[in-house]
Amino acid sequence: MSVVSDASRIIAVRHSAATRRRNVLLGLALALLAAFALALYLGDYPVPASGIVQSLLSPVTGLADRSVDFIVLQVRLPRAILAVLSGASFALAGIIFQTLLRNPLASPDIIGVAHGASAAAVFCIIILGWSGLAVSFGAFGGAVLTALAIYFLAWRNGVTAFRVVLIGIGMAAMLAAVISYLFTRARLNEVQQAMAWLVGSLNAARPGDSIVLAGAMLVLIPLMIGLVRALDAMELGDDTARALGAPVELTRLGLMLVAVGFAAFATAAVGPVGFVAFVSGPLARSLLKGAGRGFAQAALVGALVMLVSDLLAQHLLPTVQLPVGVVTGACGALFLLWLLMASGRSGRVN
Amino acid sequence: MSANHQLLAAGLDLAYGERQIVSALDLTLPPGKLTVIVGANACGKSTLLRGLARLLTPTRGAVYLDGKPIHQMPTRQVATILGVLPQSPIAPDAISVTDLVGRGRYPHQGWFRRWTPEDDTAVAEALAATDTAELADRPVDELSGGQRQRVWIAMALAQQTDLLLLDEPTTFLDINHQVEVLDLLTDLVRHRGRTIVVVLHDLNLACRYADHIVAMKAGRIVAEGRPVDVVTEAVVKDVFGMTARVVVDPVSNTPMIVPIGRHHAGKAMA
Repeated sequence: MSVVSDASRIIAVRHSAATRRRNVLLGLALALLAAFALALYLGDYPVPASGIVQSLLSPVTGLADRSVDFIVLQVRLPRAILAVLSGASFALAGIIFQTLLRNPLASPDIIGVAHGASAAAVFCIIILGWSGLAVSFGAFGGAVLTALAIYFLAWRNGVTAFRVVLIGIGMAAMLAAVISYLFTRARLNEVQQAMAWLVGSLNAARPGDSIVLAGAMLVLIPLMIGLVRALDAMELGDDTARALGAPVELTRLGLMLVAVGFAAFATAAVGPVGFVAFVSGPLARSLLKGAGRGFAQAALVGALVMLVSDLLAQHLLPTVQLPVGVVTGACGALFLLWLLMASGRSGRVN
Repeated sequence: MSANHQLLAAGLDLAYGERQIVSALDLTLPPGKLTVIVGANACGKSTLLRGLARLLTPTRGAVYLDGKPIHQMPTRQVATILGVLPQSPIAPDAISVTDLVGRGRYPHQGWFRRWTPEDDTAVAEALAATDTAELADRPVDELSGGQRQRVWIAMALAQQTDLLLLDEPTTFLDINHQVEVLDLLTDLVRHRGRTIVVVLHDLNLACRYADHIVAMKAGRIVAEGRPVDVVTEAVVKDVFGMTARVVVDPVSNTPMIVPIGRHHAGKAMA
C-alpha cells in the first residue's frame, strides 16, 4: 500500500473519531436541553409551557405575570442553572484528576479534596457558628488547603499518581474522623445544619451562587484549554511526554490547580455533592469509545447527571424533597462498586 | 533526512537520589549507525539511555547535542531532533493506532499550528515503515505484543527525528518479532540515514545488528567498537561474569556467544 493511500486511510480514521466526538457532544447537549426544559416545567405549582416561555422572555417583552415569573425566574431557573454549572465543574475537576493520575478512583470526591471542604464547612458551622455564604468560603479554603497538603505529601522528586491516590484516600479517612469528632461536640441544631450542608443540595439555590461559580468557570475553562494540549503527550507516561518535549511538571501542577478550583468553587456553591466528579469522566469516555479525551463531553455528562438527579430528588417521593446528594450518592456508589468489580477482573485499578 | 546531528556524553555522572548509577562516562555516538548498549542487569544501561535522552539530569558532566548541553536546550526543540521510546510507555484506554502514532507529532504542533496534512503524511510514513498501516483503525489494547511494539516504534518515527533512542524495544517479544524489530531499525539506519541507539538484552542479536556496540559494567563502559573487534571471551567474562565461547555466527559472520554454565564445562573444553 502506498503512503498516499495510507494517509487517506489515516484521515478517514481521524474523521470518524471527530464525527463520533461531535455526535456524542450533540446528543448530550440535546439531552441536557430536554432536562433543563423539564426542570423549568416540573413543580408543585403548575405552569403551562407557554407560561414558562412567556416568563423567560418577559425581560425582553415586558409581559409580566408576577407569581409565574417568581416561580420560573426566581425559583426554578436559578436552581437549574446552578445544577448545570456545578455539575459541569465537578465533572471537569473529576476528569482532570482522573486523566492526570491515570486512575478512575482519583477523583476529588474520593481522594479527599471534597472531605477537606466538608471538614472546613463543618468546623465553620459548629465551632465558629457561621452560616450561609461564609460557610462556602470556609469550604473553598478547606478544599484548596487539602489539595495542597496532598500534593506536597505525595511529592518525592515529582508526583506519582499512585502516591497521590493513596495519600488522598488516607487524607479522606483522617478528615472524616475530624468531621465525626466535630459532631460529637455539637448541639443538635448545628448537627442538622452541618448534615444538610454535607449531603449537598440545590434547595437553597440563589442567583448569586451561579454568578460566582460562572465567573470562576470563565477563568478556569480558558486556563484548562491552554494546558490541556500537553496531555496528548502526558497520557503516554511521563518519560514519553518529556521525550516529546511536553512541560510535564508545569502542566501537571497547573491542571491540578485548575481542577481544585473547579471542585472548590462547585463545592462552595452546592456542598460536596457526591460522585458527580467521579462518574462523569468514565461515562463520557464509554460513550466516546476511544475517540477522544472527552473533557467537553464529561462536562455535559456532569451537568446532565446533576440536573436529572436533582429532578429525581425533588419529584421521586411525592411528599419529601430529598437533597440532590442523596440521589447522586446512591447512584454513584453503585457505579463505584461496578467499577471496582470490573477493574478487579481486568486487573487495572491503577 | 540525513544523519547530521551529533550526540555525545562527556564526564557524565547519573544518579537516582543518593544512588550513583553512571560514573564519569564518555561516549560519542557514531552518526548514521546503529549503536547497541549491552550489559548485565542493573549495569546502568537504561539509566545511560535516559541521561542521553535528557530524561534524567546529570549530577556531573553533560550530554551535548550538536555541541550544546542538551539539558539547557528548549525541550520542544530537542524533541524535533531526538526521539525516545522509553521502556514501558502507557497507551491510554481504547486509543486507536492512528491516534497513538499521531501523538508523535506533538513537538511539531503548537498553539496555532494544529493538525496539518504534513502530520497525516508523517503518520502514514511511520505506519508504512513499521508495516502497521493495516492496523490504523484498531484500538491499541487489542493488538498482539509484537504489533503493539511496532506501533510504539511508529509513534517515535512519526516524530521524524534524526536521532532515535530505544530502551529495550524487544523485551516481551517472541524471537521472530525481536528480529523483525531489529530489521526495521536497521532499515531506518541504512535507508533513511537515522542514528539509532538501542538498549538490548540479547547479546547475540546485539552482536549481529550493532554497527557499534557499547558494553557496560557498574556504570562504566568496558568496551566499545565494532562487535567483531570488541566482543571476546574476556569481555563477556568481564561484563557478564560468565564463561562463554565466542564463535562466528554462521549467518552474519558476527561474534556469537555460547554460554557454558556449570554443567557443560567439560564438553566445552573438548
